[in-house]
Amino acid sequence: MMITTTTTLTESAEPSAPPPTPTPMQGPARRRRLGHPGEPYAFIAPTAVLMLVLMIVPIVLVIGYSFMDNVITKKNPEFVGIENFVEVLTDGVFATALGNTLFFTIVSVVAHLLLGLGFSMLLNSPLVSRASRAVFRVIYILPWLFTAAVIAVLWRMLLNPNGVVNYLLSSDVEWLSSPSLALGAVTFINIWAGYPFFMISLLAGLQGIPADLYEAATVDGANGWQRFRNVTLPQLRPIIISMTLLDLIWTSQQFALIWMTTGGGPIHVTEMLSTFTYKLAFSRYEFALASTSAVIILLLSMVLAFFYVRHQRARD
Amino acid sequence: MTTTTISRTRQRMTKKVLVILGLLAGAAFAGFPVLWMLAISFKSNTEIFEYPPRLVTESFSFDAYVTILTDPEKVRFFVNSYVVSLSVTAFTLVVAILAAYAFSRFEFRFKRPLNMIIVSVQAVPPITLLIPYFGLMVTLGLYNTYPGLILTYMVFTLPYAIIMMTGYFNTLPRELDEAVRVDGAGSMTALWRILVPISVPGIVSVGVYTFMIAWNEYLFALTLTKTQDMRTVPIGIQLLMGQHSYEWNEMMAMSILGSVPVLILFLFFQRYFIGGLTSGSVKS
Repeated sequence: MMITTTTTLTESAEPSAPPPTPTPMQGPARRRRLGHPGEPYAFIAPTAVLMLVLMIVPIVLVIGYSFMDNVITKKNPEFVGIENFVEVLTDGVFATALGNTLFFTIVSVVAHLLLGLGFSMLLNSPLVSRASRAVFRVIYILPWLFTAAVIAVLWRMLLNPNGVVNYLLSSDVEWLSSPSLALGAVTFINIWAGYPFFMISLLAGLQGIPADLYEAATVDGANGWQRFRNVTLPQLRPIIISMTLLDLIWTSQQFALIWMTTGGGPIHVTEMLSTFTYKLAFSRYEFALASTSAVIILLLSMVLAFFYVRHQRARD
Repeated sequence: MTTTTISRTRQRMTKKVLVILGLLAGAAFAGFPVLWMLAISFKSNTEIFEYPPRLVTESFSFDAYVTILTDPEKVRFFVNSYVVSLSVTAFTLVVAILAAYAFSRFEFRFKRPLNMIIVSVQAVPPITLLIPYFGLMVTLGLYNTYPGLILTYMVFTLPYAIIMMTGYFNTLPRELDEAVRVDGAGSMTALWRILVPISVPGIVSVGVYTFMIAWNEYLFALTLTKTQDMRTVPIGIQLLMGQHSYEWNEMMAMSILGSVPVLILFLFFQRYFIGGLTSGSVKS
């Protein structure tokens, strides 16, 4: 599904035809013949079996379900064509969930990028000693080490109407149950929880930029901002693109955090595609409609995955 | 001359102060919630929403931790999480090392498409697999069992583990293991006696990351287990949250206990962790 024309070409360009002359093989050709030719397949077999049974089969099943009337609850489901897709796509809540997912994802990813970039540059600053940078780095990574359940329960406490956040802001707000604030609040929580992954990658990227690039720029009279724009950013570009795509994929699939903070409420203001799908399946037992929604999410993710894979291959 | 040097030093000082202020602000943003969690876990429940809030109070005690650790039902959550996460880590490592060996050291017909599949399945949304899994696990008799969860988690940990291990093996010279194979030893010997022992740093970082994914997983643990004695820590925390009276100190204590394994792994293996993470996700 992800294979482009070039791969297909290289693939068919090396058929396992026997060599024309049966002379003893030399160099790389001999290397290949070490051991049994089926050997690599044996090494891959456990992975292949697991992926087939628990990845490919379920995907085929869920696509099948999406064209049936209610599966699982019904003994003999019938084929209904694209009826489910029409029903899901015209459902107002689906549209709301799609909009919320877009907002949540885009705001989170942009914030992750900006915080990750800012924090990684602070952590990479030569003005601060190595030891203190190491301490700060551990603190900065902390949010990423907690599971969604912990993050959810922690922020529910912090954002409680009587909680410490309201005390610090001298406000009296129901952050997670107010229809106008809940989406912003869960997005904020997700920003807090997710920036370290971006930051770690960017920090590694920053450490990999050769110092002489900066020296050359300084000799040319570049100031701090110009060095950032003309050296740092272009050098980090591949990492930024990879991480942005990965983060878009993961954030748009976020379920646990939403489920345990707001559950999609109040009145669907924080409903995401994932919570919408989960509710269809496990609260309403509409497994066919849930499958349809799940297939739509799969398609959206595959679009992002396509760009990610293409970008990774271009870098290799 | 001296004036410019002085203004230079002054500029440097200003910059340094700004960087330190920035670092402190970031540390407050990242660390304050965690600090608060720790503080609450040592309070008595009546003081949690006291006004004005205080970080440390007179009632400082380990009561919340004792309550959690003496409740067999909650201890069971931890046992389950350890069993599942350690098994996932062990099996993922073995299976991934085998596959990575093939990808790194052999040329075979479907190498590129297989590699492509492994990279792209990482993007398959868990929620898409959830509905068929429910039926599939019931059919296979794996619903509400350890093997059911373990196999499920491996689907999510394997692709990443294979990509990272392949990358690691690729950095090691082929001559190392091929010399052994030319001498008549099998590939298995070359892999387990030569490659694996020198790949310990890579294996550690894959292992730590795998453990972390398994330990933190929520959606499938929620859906594929049913009885209280099969629930894992994330579900346990959520169940605690769902109880009618909010025991915030116990929830925080449970959260901290539930985060300790990952925190310890991280502190001990920080270097491997960060190195492995970046090489795996960014370079693939």
